[in-house]
Amino acid sequence: MTPPKLRGVSDPNDLGQKVAAFEPAPVRDPKTGSRVPGWDDAVDLDKDPSVIPDPATTAVPADLRAEIEDLMTRYPDRRSASIPALAAAQRLHGWCSPEAVEQVACIMRLTPGYLIAVAGFYDMLETAPVGRKTVYVCTNISCSLRGGDELLAALHGELGDDPDVNLRGFECLGACDIAPMASVNGVYVGPVSDDEIPVLAQHIRDGADPLPDKQLVKRRTADPGANS
Amino acid sequence: MSQHLIFKDIDQPGLHTLDVFRSRGGYGDRLKRALQMPREALVEELKASGLRGRGGAGFSMGMKASFMPKGAMDKYLVCNADESEPGTFKDRELMQKIPHLLIEGMIIGAYAAGASRSFIFIRGEYAQQADILEAAIVEAKAAGLVGQNILGTGFDLDMWVHRGAGAYICGEETALLDALEGKRGNPRLKPPFPANQGLYQGPTLINNVETLATTPFIVEMGGAEYAKIGVQNSSGTKLVSISGHVERPGNYEIELGMSSRDIIYGLAGGPGEGRSVKLWFPGGSSSPVLTGDDLDLSYDFDTLAKAGTMLGSGAIIVVDDTTSVVDVALKTAAFYKHESCGKCTPCREGTTWTVKMLQRIKSGEATPMDLDIIASVCEQIQGNCLCVLGDAMAMPVGSMVAKFRGEFEEYIEMARAESEAALLASILPSVGAAA
Repeated sequence: MTPPKLRGVSDPNDLGQKVAAFEPAPVRDPKTGSRVPGWDDAVDLDKDPSVIPDPATTAVPADLRAEIEDLMTRYPDRRSASIPALAAAQRLHGWCSPEAVEQVACIMRLTPGYLIAVAGFYDMLETAPVGRKTVYVCTNISCSLRGGDELLAALHGELGDDPDVNLRGFECLGACDIAPMASVNGVYVGPVSDDEIPVLAQHIRDGADPLPDKQLVKRRTADPGANS
Repeated sequence: MSQHLIFKDIDQPGLHTLDVFRSRGGYGDRLKRALQMPREALVEELKASGLRGRGGAGFSMGMKASFMPKGAMDKYLVCNADESEPGTFKDRELMQKIPHLLIEGMIIGAYAAGASRSFIFIRGEYAQQADILEAAIVEAKAAGLVGQNILGTGFDLDMWVHRGAGAYICGEETALLDALEGKRGNPRLKPPFPANQGLYQGPTLINNVETLATTPFIVEMGGAEYAKIGVQNSSGTKLVSISGHVERPGNYEIELGMSSRDIIYGLAGGPGEGRSVKLWFPGGSSSPVLTGDDLDLSYDFDTLAKAGTMLGSGAIIVVDDTTSVVDVALKTAAFYKHESCGKCTPCREGTTWTVKMLQRIKSGEATPMDLDIIASVCEQIQGNCLCVLGDAMAMPVGSMVAKFRGEFEEYIEMARAESEAALLASILPSVGAAA
């Protein structure tokens, strides 16, 4: 490791000067303590609270409207549809953008603020623009014992510069039997061996069916006594 | 070897379709018999079976159903398919390969609870399984098995799949209800329990996928007959998910009361050659860990509870001797820190500070006193929150510190010596090079 440059040291051989000039690593800014960007921004007291969008002035794509209206009929309380409705809007817009939230709020007759609060809670609802191709790599305990962290790092190396890919480590995806694994647009693949990583990366980039031989749905059960 | 009920011929082609499922007796006499029984008799049958909840808490399913109030009101059945406990993946395989068994179990469960509306809350990550379930429900609705007047018995049941969006806390029953009501998934204060005030303030029965999927077999065999499988207080078969350092990770259906060694070594093949089991989680990452010395414990609810841990969701995670316990503790704690909803202070702060202390151990800034602080933080989280997410971190991390204290202390010394050497080398390159 290269020694850090020390300020105020005129003679590099003077130990006393060097010890005096040594600074420990800076304390992290407490302001960065929250995961939510803008959490410490001041509130604009002159601004009106956001209200339920006016259907007359809010344009909503017909498909999205039909889907959300169908979702709302399933529950005694229409508000129950907010998570699936936001997910539907996210599929259309790529993320829960202000526009997407506005459209959902308009159909569900809820305030955008309520929906933003819901979206902020759940890991799969994106509150900032991301790539359209979703790749989750499980890095929880079982997967990390079998190389989940290395898989994530390798995929970062392959796909890190691709703006269309939303690659992230994810908490237990419930597929520890195929560790190390990844979920590519909802399709579980694993166990991914080292030599398959470039192939998988290429499949993700091309939007192809990821590693067809390694998909979870094609796997037989591990229990030898189950099948007669 | 062991009896198979749920997983019997699980890989039969087309089992996810109605026709194949019916050819095996699904939706047949047993369902009709259940729906023609008086409600109380069905609940008694479930109680007699001794079936304990398969999701983690291990509470008697029959008891839970009997808590549902009588009378005409909107009651609900919710299936908890938000399987997020690290190491658990049994419900995934069940729903993917034999979805109609769950639907049949839900009809029986809903009848026992007197519910007329039901929801399957499935985690958003299980998109493929949710698609399969939805297709199965469409099939069942078309065949008159879900909807109005099921099998001509006059029982009505509505059923929908509700997809979550990625939050471990939504596996907690009251947080799940909040998420199902379209809110942020924060747990609620209990009591009132969901059986009295649950979904939309109505009485609600919440059960795990595997629990509900077992009920058709109980009706078929009779509660008393089912209770003969397994051991005292832990009746029946259980799906166990084995993962981590084993040769054959996967789901296995076992009879409760099997020896843990037979499960880990016999079924899953144990760790690779020349390696041994250092520690294992018997019931998902929330359960206090056991060591290689505990492998002869019988795998059932009571024996594991007596050993100071729990059967939980039936997820065995095996860690072999090549892995540092500090890494396992940090990984576990970091997960709960990320998933804490932040509602209760002991959990929100306790998980955060435990992670910070473990990171300090890794970076060589800790002293053995930090271990005492971790132990005391873990102790103070437990029992002081609305739900058990904080406990779920405190129990395994606390047990690791207690059982592997020597290794933690060695790690602290080693990391501290390394960081001091690096610090010295940065100030005095010549000394560092010489050392």
